[in-house]
Amino acid sequence: MTASYDHAHDGHDHHDHKPGFFTRWFCSTNHKDIGTLYLIFAVIGGLTGGALSVMMRAQLMHPGSHVFESGQHWNAVITSHGLLMIFFSVMPGLIGGFGNWFVPIMIGAPDMAFPRLNNISFWLLPPAFVLILAGQMVGDGAGSGWTLYPPLSNSTFQSGPQMDFVLFALHLAGISSLLGAINFITTIFNMRAPGMTLHRMPLFVWAMLVTAFLLLLSVPVLAGAITMLITDRNFGTAFFNPEGGGDPVLFQHLFWFFGHPEVYIMILPGFGIISHIISTFSKKPIFGYLGMAYAMVAIGVVGFVVWAHHMYISGMDVDTRAYFMAATMIIAVPTGIKIFSWIATMWGGSIDMEVPMMWAIGFIFLFTIGGVTGVVLSNAGIDQALHNTYYVIAHFHYVLSLGAVFSMFAGFYYWIGKMSGHQYPNGLAKIHFWMTFIAVNVTFFPQHFLGLAGMPRRYVDYPAAFEGWNMVSSYGAYLGGLSMVLFVVICFLTFTSKTKVADNYWGEGATTLEWTLTSPPAFHTFEELPRLK
Amino acid sequence: MSSDNHGGETYVPSGLKQPYHLVDPSPWPLTGALGGALTLFGIVMASHFKNYLPLTAGLLIVLATMFLWWRDILKESATPGLHTMIVRLGLRYGMIMFIASEVMFFVAFFWAYFHFSLMPEHVLGTDTPMWPPKGVLTFDPWNLPFLNTMILLLSGTTVTWAHHSLIEGNRKGLIAGLALTVALGLTFTTCQAIEYSHAPFAFSGGGIYSSVFFLATGFHGFHVIIGTCFLAVCLFRSIGGAMTPQRHFGLEAAAWYWHFVDVVWLFLFICIYWLGHGVIAGE
Repeated sequence: MTASYDHAHDGHDHHDHKPGFFTRWFCSTNHKDIGTLYLIFAVIGGLTGGALSVMMRAQLMHPGSHVFESGQHWNAVITSHGLLMIFFSVMPGLIGGFGNWFVPIMIGAPDMAFPRLNNISFWLLPPAFVLILAGQMVGDGAGSGWTLYPPLSNSTFQSGPQMDFVLFALHLAGISSLLGAINFITTIFNMRAPGMTLHRMPLFVWAMLVTAFLLLLSVPVLAGAITMLITDRNFGTAFFNPEGGGDPVLFQHLFWFFGHPEVYIMILPGFGIISHIISTFSKKPIFGYLGMAYAMVAIGVVGFVVWAHHMYISGMDVDTRAYFMAATMIIAVPTGIKIFSWIATMWGGSIDMEVPMMWAIGFIFLFTIGGVTGVVLSNAGIDQALHNTYYVIAHFHYVLSLGAVFSMFAGFYYWIGKMSGHQYPNGLAKIHFWMTFIAVNVTFFPQHFLGLAGMPRRYVDYPAAFEGWNMVSSYGAYLGGLSMVLFVVICFLTFTSKTKVADNYWGEGATTLEWTLTSPPAFHTFEELPRLK
Repeated sequence: MSSDNHGGETYVPSGLKQPYHLVDPSPWPLTGALGGALTLFGIVMASHFKNYLPLTAGLLIVLATMFLWWRDILKESATPGLHTMIVRLGLRYGMIMFIASEVMFFVAFFWAYFHFSLMPEHVLGTDTPMWPPKGVLTFDPWNLPFLNTMILLLSGTTVTWAHHSLIEGNRKGLIAGLALTVALGLTFTTCQAIEYSHAPFAFSGGGIYSSVFFLATGFHGFHVIIGTCFLAVCLFRSIGGAMTPQRHFGLEAAAWYWHFVDVVWLFLFICIYWLGHGVIAGE
């Protein structure tokens, strides 16, 4: 990205004074530069996690494969895949990357509220990433799965330091998220330009506000849970250890009290991005703006009281399961409001099928499929049969890989011109979309069939009866790997492109404040506050 | 907090086009992040390999970073035009959000406590589910724990005394109130140390009761120490004349934090020491 900036103005021009390389990228207090660091980090995290998933599909292509040396090696790889994708790709990309870049700009603020805090939020992540990799590489790896359930993660079954590396990596990533959440909430409440009332805020900013509150209130509970796990492992406590009177199910409660809001943390920023894109390319304001904003608030609130639907088979009594089932199904209502409002926005619009719009429509289609299978799984009775099968894997990859990740690509193509000033290669970008769209569907759709047929998740091998759809799924993953390579090529071609883009290259449909700035924006933006009528 | 404040004119000091503080680049976030990571890595090295070097180095880097970072903030707060009224409002939002996250951290430990105490059938590995678990002796709530409750409640009043003295320009009252609050904080920590040394159950290998007890009260005790340090810094700055009746957000933040610590203790005292007591040790 550095190359895309004009260094001719490196003198003492106050308005666009950029510090030297080390100061600028390692000691930054600039929301756009820190956002750029986050985006680069998210791509690295995503490529690493994606490479692991291709290895996993290679192992599962045929029964009896030996891509992995042992079951524990397999367990370590699936653990890293999950953690890397969640904490080191989707969250830094959507929240740290696009959030940092566009929240201050969209509300007309000159920067984030706490610029130094912003930088430590980023710099906690690379060491955490190294610790996750250490958890994978040291000894036979940390193989608890991303949910870290004891007894799998206790000192009996994961005795080496690698499990502790993973737990402390999550502490670091958690501190990073918390500080980021405090920063976003303060920025959004305190730094809106004159006239930018809460009810006029762009939906991406609303999404980030709700996301930040979810982080603020859920991440500390995870911190408490993994602290207990660490003291159980290292200092002789017995929270989750039945020998001392402890209860492993307590960990599941604490974990999912964090873990369920976490899934909304990953998707809400995506909802925000999709709203902007759908509105821009339909050349219409978003349908039901307030309903869209408060639907996200409702999802955030209800998202805190549904956690035990991840624990239907943990031995809870039937009344408790009935409550969590009902509460979970209620979330489909605000989610439905969002889906239908996006469709209503497109209805009667003058639609431009630009690349970001293709990703956005792909998002709506695929996220809806994932949402519908989610309602299926929310039934405590049906989940009795489907829990821990590939049906669950298919469900959450439809909402995350094909939801959150699609929204990241949508955001990338929507904003990369604004962020870098360069035009992406349009033809290749379209190929990238279709390749990814086909790849993820070929990968994950058959997993519904495998799950319904009873194939359990998290196993290194399977009976020969499941081979057919597993083979299809693996071919899909290989195509997905190729489309990631194509994405790297597209990034390279974009940054080296000679084609510059205009300030508002999407035209009349793009109405938020970032389109009033130059592409790329000056080092400091809104040093004079914009005024909204 | 209402959005109305932003609907009209934003307060912009003369000579500036925008009222926010654009912070200069700083090395401390980088050193803080690396120091923090080294500290956590160091805990693993200490626990598994008895190697205390990374932990020590990490802690030193973190402490140095905290000192240097906060020194910069104090310098900036003394520089006219940086900590404007709206920037100070932002600091308030930040502190409130930080305390909210701390509350949720304690929720995890109270959750663990209620998971077992309200539903003793969750205490595994016993034929007679009960809370406290069979055979566990507990503290007398009306001994040191009650004294500590009184100490913290009293310290809540002395910190308010200091604050109101400051607002009314009474420097002596400010310093005396803060000094007393710090002294009460230190007394609390001393009492807790005495209590821990007389515990009728061990931390390591002591079972679920001691796990919940020590982590819940221990993290609270750690927060008391942090709050005491925070107040002590305010005391030294007050002696140095840094607090004015108009501007003293550092003191307010310390007081907020202190009240938060106080409230957590009340819950600990009521739920764990009092309602959750079993057979009292020594009776």
